[in-house]
Order: sequence, then C-alpha cells, then structure tokens
Amino acid sequence: MRDDIEKIRREKDKWFSEKFMKQLSGLGVESPPLKGDKLPLYTPLDVENKYLEDIGFPGEFPYTRGVYPGMYLDKLWIMRQIAGYGTARETNQRFKYLLENGETGVTAVFDFPTVMGLDSDNPMAEGEVGRCGVPVDSVEDMRILFDGIPIDRVHVALLSSYPSSPAIFAAYIAMAMEKGLAIDSLAGSIQNHFLAFYTALPKCAKIPPRDAIRIAVDTFEYCSRYMPRWTPINITAHVIRESGATMIQELSYCLANAMAYVEAALERGLDVDSFGPKLAFYFTAGMNLFEEVAKYRAARRLWARIMKEKYNARNPASQMIRFHAQGSAFTVTAQQPLNNLIRSTIQTLAAALGGAQSINVNPFDESLSIPSEESVRLALRTSQIVAYETGITETIDPLGGSYYVETLTNKTEEEVRQLLKLIEEMGDGSMLNGVIKGIESGYFLREVSKAAYDYNKEVESGERVVVGLNSYKVEEDIPIELLTVDPELEKIQVENLKKLKRNRDEKKVHETLEKVKEGAGGKGNLIPLMIEAIRANATVGEITDSIVNVFGLYQPKSGVI
Amino acid sequence: MEEKLRILIAKPGLDTHERGAKIISRTLIEAGMEVIYMAQINLTIPQIISCAIEEDVNLIGLSILSGAHLSICRNIIDEMKKRNIDDMPVIVGGVIPRHDVPKLKEMGIREVFGPGIPTETVVEYVKALQG
Repeated sequence: MRDDIEKIRREKDKWFSEKFMKQLSGLGVESPPLKGDKLPLYTPLDVENKYLEDIGFPGEFPYTRGVYPGMYLDKLWIMRQIAGYGTARETNQRFKYLLENGETGVTAVFDFPTVMGLDSDNPMAEGEVGRCGVPVDSVEDMRILFDGIPIDRVHVALLSSYPSSPAIFAAYIAMAMEKGLAIDSLAGSIQNHFLAFYTALPKCAKIPPRDAIRIAVDTFEYCSRYMPRWTPINITAHVIRESGATMIQELSYCLANAMAYVEAALERGLDVDSFGPKLAFYFTAGMNLFEEVAKYRAARRLWARIMKEKYNARNPASQMIRFHAQGSAFTVTAQQPLNNLIRSTIQTLAAALGGAQSINVNPFDESLSIPSEESVRLALRTSQIVAYETGITETIDPLGGSYYVETLTNKTEEEVRQLLKLIEEMGDGSMLNGVIKGIESGYFLREVSKAAYDYNKEVESGERVVVGLNSYKVEEDIPIELLTVDPELEKIQVENLKKLKRNRDEKKVHETLEKVKEGAGGKGNLIPLMIEAIRANATVGEITDSIVNVFGLYQPKSGVI
Repeated sequence: MEEKLRILIAKPGLDTHERGAKIISRTLIEAGMEVIYMAQINLTIPQIISCAIEEDVNLIGLSILSGAHLSICRNIIDEMKKRNIDDMPVIVGGVIPRHDVPKLKEMGIREVFGPGIPTETVVEYVKALQG
C-alpha cells in the first residue's frame, strides 16, 4: 500500500517548520538552504515517474537501470588502463605488465605526432615522439606493439582520433591479418570520434567536419560488413568535459554528436539498425558521485528514446548506450598527489554504480608525468577493490529508486533535452547541420571555454573546495618516483622508420597512396584502400597526408578564449 | 597612464590541451592586459617568435603539457637569440616534472608555473615586470 501523497506533503510541511527550521534558527540561520528553488531533501513528492515507462528493468527499454539484464552479476566491467610512451616496445611491455596484474582490456594511446598524422621523422615531431603516447608510423610498429598480446581474446581499445585514426585502424587490421587472425573475430574499438575534437582539442582538427563525418561513416560501413565485434567509434564526451564543459554540456554535446553521425549515416543510405548497435560512448567519471550516476542513467534513457522515437531503430541493441568511463583528469591535483588515489576511487565507484561497461582509473601521478608502473598498478587495483570488496556488484543499479538519484536523473534528462533542442534549431531541424554550425561558428568552443573559466574562478575564490589545492594545503616536497622517457628512444624510432622506408617497394607505396587519394576525392570506402597502403609499408603520416591534401587543411576557430 | 602590458600566450609544438592556456589568457585580459593567443594547427617556433616581435609583446607565456618542454624551450630560446630578442622574458606553464624546472631555468626560462598555481600568482608576476 502506498502512502497517500497528500499525507506525505502535510507531514513534510510539518517536519519542515517544526523540526528542520527550528533546528536551523536555533543555530541562527534565518532562511532555508535551498539548492535552486528546492530544499535538498527528496521524497516521494519529487519522483513522479511511471516506473515501467521511465525506469523499467535492466536490459529493457528505456534501459535506465542498465543495458544488460544481469549487469555485473554476469560480467564485470572491463578493467583497462591507458598505456603509451617511448616506443611500441616499451608500451608492449606496459600492456603485458598490466595484463599480468589482472587487466581485462588493453588501451593504446598514441603520441601527438601519430594522432596528427606526422611520422616520427617529420621535423614537426621533434621532441614529441613517444612523450605523450606511443608512436606508430607503420604496420611494423603495430606488430611490435601487439606482439604476444592475445588480441583474439582481449578487448583492445585504440585511443586514436583523427586525422590519423583511419590509418591507425588500417594498421591494426593489417597487423591482425599478418598474424593469420580472421578479422571478424577481433573485439575492440577505435575512438575515431572527430566531432568532439573541434571543441576539445582543436589543434589536431585538421580535416573539415563534413569530411571527418564521411570517414566515420566509412568506418561504420566497413565494420558492419566485416567486423561484427568491432566498435567503429567511441563517441567521446570525456575530452569535452575535461576541456571545461559542465556535466550537462558533456552529455548534451556528446549526444548531439552521436545524432549527427546517425543522420550522416542515414543520409548515406545505411539502415539505422546496421550501425546502431555498434555505437559506443565514452564518458567522464567526475567527483560528484550522485550527479555522475544520474548522468549515466539519464544518458541511457535519453539515447534509447532518441534512437527509437526519432530514428526508428527497431533493434534493441541500437537503443542501448554501452559506455566506457574514465576518471576526470582535471580533478587530479599536483599538490599532495596521493590524494588523487581517493579521488580516483570515488570516480570509479561513480562509474560502477552508473553501470559502465568499461572503466579506466586515472593514476595518481597523472598531473606530474607519464604514469609509472607503480601508479598504473594502483589504478588497476582501485578497480579491482571496488569490484571485489564493496558488494556493489551484488545487485543491479543499487541507487535506482533513491528519491534523490531519480530526481537528478529526471533533471539531467530535461536539461540535456533543452540543449539538444537548441543545437538542432541552429541546424534548422537537422542535428547534423546544427553540430557542424556549432563547430564552425565557434559556439561549442566559446561555451566550453566559458565553463572552464567559471569553474576555475570557483576554485580560486574558494567557493569550490579542492583539498590540498585551495584548502588544507601543506608545504611539501614529496619524493615520488616519476617515469622519465629516455630521449634516446626518439632516435631509435626515427632510425627504424628510415630503415623501413629504405627497404620498401616505392612503386607499390606510390600506387597504393594514389588509390587512397582517388578514394578520398570520390565516394568509395577509404578503409580497404588504407589497408592496402599500410600493407605496402606506406606510413601513417603518408596515408593521412593523402587525405588531408584532398580534403584541404582545416583551420578550426583559433583564438577563441 | 601606463601602457597596457602585451602578452603572447602560445601552445607550441603539437600539444592540444588548451584549458589552462585559455584560462590564463582570460585572466590576464581581466587584469587589464592585452593578450595575443596562438594555438593554430602546425604552429612553428619561428612563427611564435615573429609574432612576439611584430606584436611587440612584453612577455611570452608557453603552455606545454605534452612532455616535450625541454626540446621546445631550447628551440624557443635559440630562435630568440638568433633574432636578438633573448632579453624578452619567457614563462612556462603545464605539466612540467619537478626535476626539469632547474634545466628550464638554466636555459633561460624565467619562471615555471605548474598545475594548480593560482592565476593571481601569474598576474602578479607579469605585473611586476612593469616595475
């Protein structure tokens, strides 16, 4: 028997005046501490959801409680740590070290030259090779990188976005072919998410947005046809959030981007259910535990409704948000760095309570240098302790039904819907055009820069407490063992690349690159052409140049501060 | 009426993380300075130094989070010497491991501001240049 709503309302009013305000006025507080216009106490009066329609069961529409019926009862989240530094050899050692320590998925992150499609011997790459990721110039580097890694059994995430991600993807496929693996057996993902970078990391946005979208759709098409277990895109909200966006902007811009891809793929004539199940998402796990959990729950409900109602997706898998979560790097402090272990723990908890499929925990020395072996192992242990020692995996969506969390979930959904509407209106009813307009006009850049500035102001004014940074400070000189990247490694990488170029069949390289150029100028799918080129020992830089030369170098709105 | 301080804030090299550089730029503008912000694709060191000369700035601020700070700063200082503007102060912010700070100062970098330094500290440092 449910309580009578009116009776609850009466009792709440009574409690408010007789108990709550009485206690506060005893303390000299005159007006109630409201959040917005609400008292921060949530009751059945706040949650008017229809359970079956809005919340439902795990693995059933609208997936608010989770995308799989059994969630962690069947299968824990994939535990993975980003790795990439030095050369493919060092990074391969790091992969093995993490797998030995119980990692269940491998994540490769590439250095800046690789991401931007500059080979290690390019003058622009000097001093940057292997500093902030692993350099991959050729299929040979890919071979070394995954040597002895059971890629037919372990889920591999390639954290590579444009402009070089299609060439990196091609190199990975070519490497698997060489190993004699059937490519339809490969499970993994390529980040390949171009749209977020115009906003979050505009300095690597080399290709015009429309061409970027075309490449993304090429990848969808290729994977739909040949690689059923591969995720052709990881629609990344994380970089947007880390560059300054609020939680609401993070989710809104991410879903807007996702909708833009869907509309582009539909324009190409693809069936929504042919690629819908393959879309995956990549969110931040921030410090505000309940807000973050509400974000994940709202994301699932929103996407399910968008895909079903707006794009007529019939396959349930097309309606599900499967997502990876990574701790929020901007919450990591360089002051009292060991405090970051506690931050990472709370963020991991948020991701797990929110039903993530895969989690990356930020190492505590993230803001000091490339993580050391000790710090990545501690990060992995964080995931393991949350999974095995807290009991949160013994039930599904443990926070579901919390008056507060359900209210926050509703509020998040509502606010995101409003922003989505605004972006769609910028494109006169087309989300694809709205997103492109938002990129080209600098709208997203301005909004995110402002949010970053406001956040920083809150920290510097002390309104937002960051322990060890603006409160509870200490004079410190903590001797932490930091990893240093040996500058000799860059020379070795460049030397190996020169050797590869000396010993290859130049005629074949030229022919295959010409085909990539032709493909870029035409309408065909670029992925098979890139696989041919990379197998002929063309480099990631040469392949990327081929497409950049055809599309023209895009200069994103620069100087938006 | 004192002349407004003119500051060049640049993202040299390939590093794309702009959050800190933008916040510092905006803070300096709010403090009454003029800021030239450079973060184009394929931005080269000669371009940065040419801009510093053309815009006649009082200081160059570099933001580097990519781990490539040693080689970038060496090239910046070399270029400045080549073009006779090595008396212009250069400061660096970003993810700079502690053990590299003395090396940067030895090269001629005036000051290094790590993560979490209050923006006010940077503003005061820059204002002190005016004497």
